Amino acid sequence: MVEFLQLTLSGIVFGLVYAAIALSLVLIWRGTRLLNFAQGGMAMFTTYVAIEVIYRTHSYWAGFAVALAAGLVLGAACELTVVRPTLNKPPLNSVIVTIGLLTVLEGLAGILYGGQYRSFPTAFSITGLRVGGTALGVSRSDVFVAAAVLVATLVLAVTFRYTSAGLRMRAAAFNATIARLSGIRVARVLTVGWALAGLLGALAGVLVTPSTFLYPNSMDIIFIYGFTAAVLGGLDSAVGAVVGGLVLGVALSYAGGYVGGSVGADLTSLVALGILVTVLMIRPDGLFAGSRMRRV
Amino acid sequence: MTMRTLPRRLGLAVIVAAIVAVLSIKLNAFRDYQIAEIAMYVTAVAGLSVLTGLSGQISLGHGGFMAVGAYTTALLLLHLNWPFYAALLVAAAVTAAAGAVVGVAAARLRGPYLAGATLLFGVAITAVAVAFPGTFGGDQGLNVVFTTPSFVGANFPLTRWQAWVSALVALVVLVLLANLHYSRIGRNWRAVRDDDVAAALDGINVAAARIRAFVVSATCAGIAGALLAIVTGLVAPGAFTITLSIALLTAAVIGGLGTLPGALWGSLLIVLLPVYITDVATSHGLSSTVGANIPIVAYGVVLILVMLVFPQGIQGALRWVINAFFGTEQKSRTWRAAPATHVTPSADETPASQHEKEGTS
Repeated sequence: MVEFLQLTLSGIVFGLVYAAIALSLVLIWRGTRLLNFAQGGMAMFTTYVAIEVIYRTHSYWAGFAVALAAGLVLGAACELTVVRPTLNKPPLNSVIVTIGLLTVLEGLAGILYGGQYRSFPTAFSITGLRVGGTALGVSRSDVFVAAAVLVATLVLAVTFRYTSAGLRMRAAAFNATIARLSGIRVARVLTVGWALAGLLGALAGVLVTPSTFLYPNSMDIIFIYGFTAAVLGGLDSAVGAVVGGLVLGVALSYAGGYVGGSVGADLTSLVALGILVTVLMIRPDGLFAGSRMRRV
Repeated sequence: MTMRTLPRRLGLAVIVAAIVAVLSIKLNAFRDYQIAEIAMYVTAVAGLSVLTGLSGQISLGHGGFMAVGAYTTALLLLHLNWPFYAALLVAAAVTAAAGAVVGVAAARLRGPYLAGATLLFGVAITAVAVAFPGTFGGDQGLNVVFTTPSFVGANFPLTRWQAWVSALVALVVLVLLANLHYSRIGRNWRAVRDDDVAAALDGINVAAARIRAFVVSATCAGIAGALLAIVTGLVAPGAFTITLSIALLTAAVIGGLGTLPGALWGSLLIVLLPVYITDVATSHGLSSTVGANIPIVAYGVVLILVMLVFPQGIQGALRWVINAFFGTEQKSRTWRAAPATHVTPSADETPASQHEKEGTS
């Protein structure tokens, strides 16, 4: 029972990180109908920026803030420079462009920061928390990770729901032409969407890297699971992204904990595949996909 | 198509084979290795290009199919001492079966959902190899011993033989795929790609066509995997990362989606470009960290530039040049230049309540 609790809690923490990546993918998908394969690479790069700032200033929070700001800038810059010119070309082209972007970012990180593994500090203690005599299997740092993702998600949800900027973004994603006719500068809205996605990715990078080390490919596997979470929930649904992330995080935690040994750790991707295929066979457009009409 | 297309394709294949043979004799062992590597990539990329460009399905897990083919080949060569051609046929059959299984699941999925499922398939396949080290050798993988046959003589270089075998296999696969392109099966794929509802109304079994495309494509990847086993001599999980799957898709799109020459251009690019840039970087005396990463950056920049400048890939650009200089004789084949609009659902995944076509831009 204690083990179950521990695995669930740590699964939720990782699941929320996947959810942050998934949310950033959903943001971009809703705006530009494009899968951003560079999302993990962007998060990796901003985490390197954070680590440099932390080394220079000896302040975790300075690095944290700079990483988020860098994420905003990087997201917007990517959209403005290379993504926008591809949006009127065949759809796979923009996907290849984001793959090119990922490659460039990984190469640049290698040139600027070298390929060796680097550890990343945490904001809070990593000693396990206890309630009564029972170890919970999570630390203060894990609680911070979960809280940070939840706060970011809530802020985004409130922004989208209750502000005029959020309304403009939803309108642009819903129907670009009509939004444009209503006086919304759709192009600018798309840039803002990419910037926000960059910020979410940067947040995920800073939060997850203490448990993975930092190297040019360090976000690849996190991206894969974030992508899986987004697909699981349905790429059009922000709620789906969070639920998908949680489901995946908890399931992978059980798989790693109960199957045991090295086999359990190796088979996490198989478990993820099993869950994804099962869900998609029942709901081909993800758990939270709305009803969908196809033009003939 | 006229009756003479098959002889023409065979003739073209023979010419290419002759060029490869001459090149492999003139050039050194490293170039032979590159020829073999390019042949391996062409085989896999051509199959993926057929899947994505003709039937309109995306796969980010073709590295997984290559792994299936490579491990099958390695196990047969290692434990049963089968000759390579027999192992190759069995590897093709096994990956065809794997392709059928994935294809059945894939026929229901579209765009990013298919991309996500195939991506995880590619990742999970190698996880199986790591999880059962007794059979698959774990992280170290399996060593494959491949030697030159006695009839070519004792002094025949192994790398040249590997290049010949790989090029021959690749050419056979390409000729078969070219015939498939213009057959009823190929026409059905294009119909399904362009409009699955219209295709179904025309009496095409859409699901069967999609599954068939996956089987053909996976088989090509499996054959490429078998080639990888004998060319590199080592079948290990590290060879079949997500990077490989992505490189295959990249090569298909950069070369020109749905075209077989495009598969060759794309493969040439992804094999030769990194090596070439590394050579340039080392000759300019760059430090090892920078020298090792410059090719990665340059490769990414090339990907972005090709996609921005030549939306139809290299083959599309070549066709444009040929048409500009030699008139419009290619007009009868305009289907090949048609963009595969349904590959990612940018075109068909519009918000639920959107009725008009204008909104999709």
